[in-house]
Amino acid sequence: MADQQHNEQGQTEAASKGGPVITRRGFLKGASAGAVTAAVAPAILINHAETAEAQETEGASTATIRLNINGQSHTVDVEARTTLSTVLRDHLEITGAKIVCDRGECGACTVMMDDKLVFSCMTLAMDAQGKDIQTVESLSNGDDLHPIQEAFIEKDALMCGFCTPGFVMAVKALLDKNPNPTLDEVKRGVSGNICRCGTYPRVFEAALAAAQTMRNGG
Amino acid sequence: MQQKMKKVTIEIEENGVPKQIEIEVPDTGEGSWGDVSAMQYVNQRRTRVDAMAKVTGRAKFTYDIKLPGMLYGRILRTAHPRVRVKRIDAAKAAALAGVKAVLLPNDAPNIFTREGRYAGQEVAAVAAVTMDIAEDAIQLIEVEYDILPFVVDEAAARDPSAVRVHDDRGNVTEPQVREQGDVTVGFEAADVTVEASYRTQVHTHSPLETHGSIAQWEGDQLTVWASTQSIFGFRDELAGYFEMPETKVRVITEHMGGGFGAKLGGAKREGVICALLARKTGVPVKLMLNRKEEHLTTGNRPSSIQNVKLGATNDGKLVAYERYNYGTPGINGSAGVPGAPYLYDVPNWKIEQVSIYTNGGPAAALRAPGHPQLAFSMESAMDELADKLNIDPLDMRQMNDSHEVRRKMVDMGAEKIGWKSRRRLKPDTGPERIKRGMGMGSCRWGGGGGRTKAYCIINPDGSVEVRCGTQDIGTGTRTLIHMIAGEELGLNPLDINVRIGDTSFPYSGGSGGSTTCASVSPAIKSTTLIAKMTLFEAVAPKFGVEASALEAKDGKVFVRNDPSKSMTWQQATAQLQDGPIEINGKWVPGYSDSGVPGTQFAEVEVDTETGVVKVLKVVAVHNSGLVINPLTWESQINGGVLMGVGYALYENRIMDPATGYMVNANLEDYRLVGAMEVPEIEILSYDEPERGTIGIGEPPIIPTAAAIANAIYNACGARVRALPMTPDKVLAALAETREG
Repeated sequence: MADQQHNEQGQTEAASKGGPVITRRGFLKGASAGAVTAAVAPAILINHAETAEAQETEGASTATIRLNINGQSHTVDVEARTTLSTVLRDHLEITGAKIVCDRGECGACTVMMDDKLVFSCMTLAMDAQGKDIQTVESLSNGDDLHPIQEAFIEKDALMCGFCTPGFVMAVKALLDKNPNPTLDEVKRGVSGNICRCGTYPRVFEAALAAAQTMRNGG
Repeated sequence: MQQKMKKVTIEIEENGVPKQIEIEVPDTGEGSWGDVSAMQYVNQRRTRVDAMAKVTGRAKFTYDIKLPGMLYGRILRTAHPRVRVKRIDAAKAAALAGVKAVLLPNDAPNIFTREGRYAGQEVAAVAAVTMDIAEDAIQLIEVEYDILPFVVDEAAARDPSAVRVHDDRGNVTEPQVREQGDVTVGFEAADVTVEASYRTQVHTHSPLETHGSIAQWEGDQLTVWASTQSIFGFRDELAGYFEMPETKVRVITEHMGGGFGAKLGGAKREGVICALLARKTGVPVKLMLNRKEEHLTTGNRPSSIQNVKLGATNDGKLVAYERYNYGTPGINGSAGVPGAPYLYDVPNWKIEQVSIYTNGGPAAALRAPGHPQLAFSMESAMDELADKLNIDPLDMRQMNDSHEVRRKMVDMGAEKIGWKSRRRLKPDTGPERIKRGMGMGSCRWGGGGGRTKAYCIINPDGSVEVRCGTQDIGTGTRTLIHMIAGEELGLNPLDINVRIGDTSFPYSGGSGGSTTCASVSPAIKSTTLIAKMTLFEAVAPKFGVEASALEAKDGKVFVRNDPSKSMTWQQATAQLQDGPIEINGKWVPGYSDSGVPGTQFAEVEVDTETGVVKVLKVVAVHNSGLVINPLTWESQINGGVLMGVGYALYENRIMDPATGYMVNANLEDYRLVGAMEVPEIEILSYDEPERGTIGIGEPPIIPTAAAIANAIYNACGARVRALPMTPDKVLAALAETREG
């Protein structure tokens, strides 16, 4: 269980540095990292804070991990507490997934991880190792859009657009599993996402229209 | 048909030299859209021009921008509702690896507080290399407070012996009293009166993109990317704070994740702190608030307690209205609602209102300030009175409403929802658990436009750019500029380059109060019209006609009465010997108006065992004069109705009276409408294109809560007089009905 040792070492390292004051969120992230990364496996390189860069990013340790995002492999230095959303947005500038609540209440940061929807603000970067991560950016190629995106445009299923990438991903996950949903199933499918502008009726329309297009081979 | 023309003097630039010239433009009164039915783009359903960027994740919002070397800012806030800062020690924070700057109260005495009056005021700030480190750093700042007595409940704060929120004044503001006729005589003439107290909650804006900005200094030039509803307001506050010319500050808002009123005004404290941190560190700093801060400090719709008395004669004519209302705007602002009876003609009335300061975050304009509160009390009281008189509440409204257009709109909505055919006449008090009912409520709003300038350039190669310093806050402003310019110039709207959201463009006011469409549209219409006529002046000699005989459509310029005489747009613009046409135009009267009525009908289902209310359907009838883009107009109405459903049933800022904290400053316990709560929404437009364009942001949130409250009563007899109408209140009202 070398990986587990690595991980425990990382935890100890953080603690021995005195660390920051424990916050609810920091605690949650730390605890979760300890519990979950052990099971994940890929090698984690601990940076012992000797390098200038490591000192710059934290008094405690960081680890270099590899993440597979939208079919590309990325190497990033993260702390145990670093979330997937932070890696996507702040490290890699893949900013489709948004931060709204930063605690798994609103769905704006939704991405797919091994074909499962996850809130990237509640997913530790370390736990995303070895997974296939798909963000909204993966759905289009230049102006060549996914039928869901085309339907969102056509039905005006967006206003300010801040929630839109999360809704697009939620609809994608729904239609991948259920290509012919009812209106009620669409509502349930996007019920983890919040829109303050109130575009829901048109998100529903867009999802149903996209489902039809996709069933027709579009 | 010879079009009537008029001469106008415009300023153009020729070889870099400003020069005044006189041109002829169509004389259609002050300005008129002309025959809307003949238009190709205006009044047509057009998808958003920025939709592609938003559905692909490519749109960069302020929150998404990362500049080279950028730091992250965080603010330390007071942890108690009423404090005096005794000692503050940031040594540990400053020593933390990755922390680049710490700002303490002495660094910006007007921004940071030493006398905190609500939990969440700014005490200190840091900038660090990552967001997590910035968060760690503010946790390491040691603050010693004198913790002082406070009051967060508006009823408790009214008591003369209550703790004072401000040292120099009482908690209750000077009463605002307005009256007309003689209310005592009025009530003597009334055959029937209702007297009731209606309450509405504190409502937070909760835009999904929180407040925040990125500030970058280059010498004495400050550039800021901001999530704001008013780039110029933001700029002016920064210029004022730093005592620098407005020309040295540039604010950019390319895409904006919602505001609903909270992002009007200026840079606010967080914007100034961000610029201070950037100045101190010499590198760009990004400072976005988190969700908790957004709830605590960025504004809210004040609460209201409205004690209402309404009297009518037996035939349903209103004769007297009296209201005393108060509410809390927190530490600052006004909890006032419109100072007249809402919507209906009452000969005798008297209104007295006060605001009550409490130790809570300050109020800010929230979508139709004051109106949803008043619509809830007025329209509930109208129904209660109609019920006593045994008159259909719709008929009662119609007989007391002198607004002819609103009466027609009420008829439209009633027919659509089946008011006369499907509505139960009396609440269902039978044994079935699930009850259905219907209710209605109406509204009015002002809106109107002005204060907007625009720029249009037509280049010799035919390319056209339009610039306007407005901002698209999610309402579709960018799209309507494309549409209007395309219509005027006879070009595909997508072929016009439109640039907005930058204070280096011509001035436009803040996007609030349903004024953006009515401000921006006339400016674009007028500016592109003058640009077009200037082009016509240049090419008319080629056709041997007057400029006024020309028309532009489908990418061609041609003689109106002889379309065979024609050239392509590019052939026309190639005639520009002196370089491009550049026009600086502005808002002119005639293309917009203000003042709109509206009405909504709701159908609900009430579970009489659990008290849960489900809104099944809302019919919303609104009026924006000339609707520029019906597709995005409808989206705005969906949004207003759904925010209204949230206000009616779910949203509520809860302050703990014992600790003075907001206990639900998140999006789990502060409940916004989610997908499962969305009713069917049917939208009807009452068009009055001859009035020009009028905004639609505010009206659709106003009457929704009232319509739902009246529908709940109609369903089961429970009269709920407090928002949000949560299951406990519905069950309590039901119990009252059964006892009474």
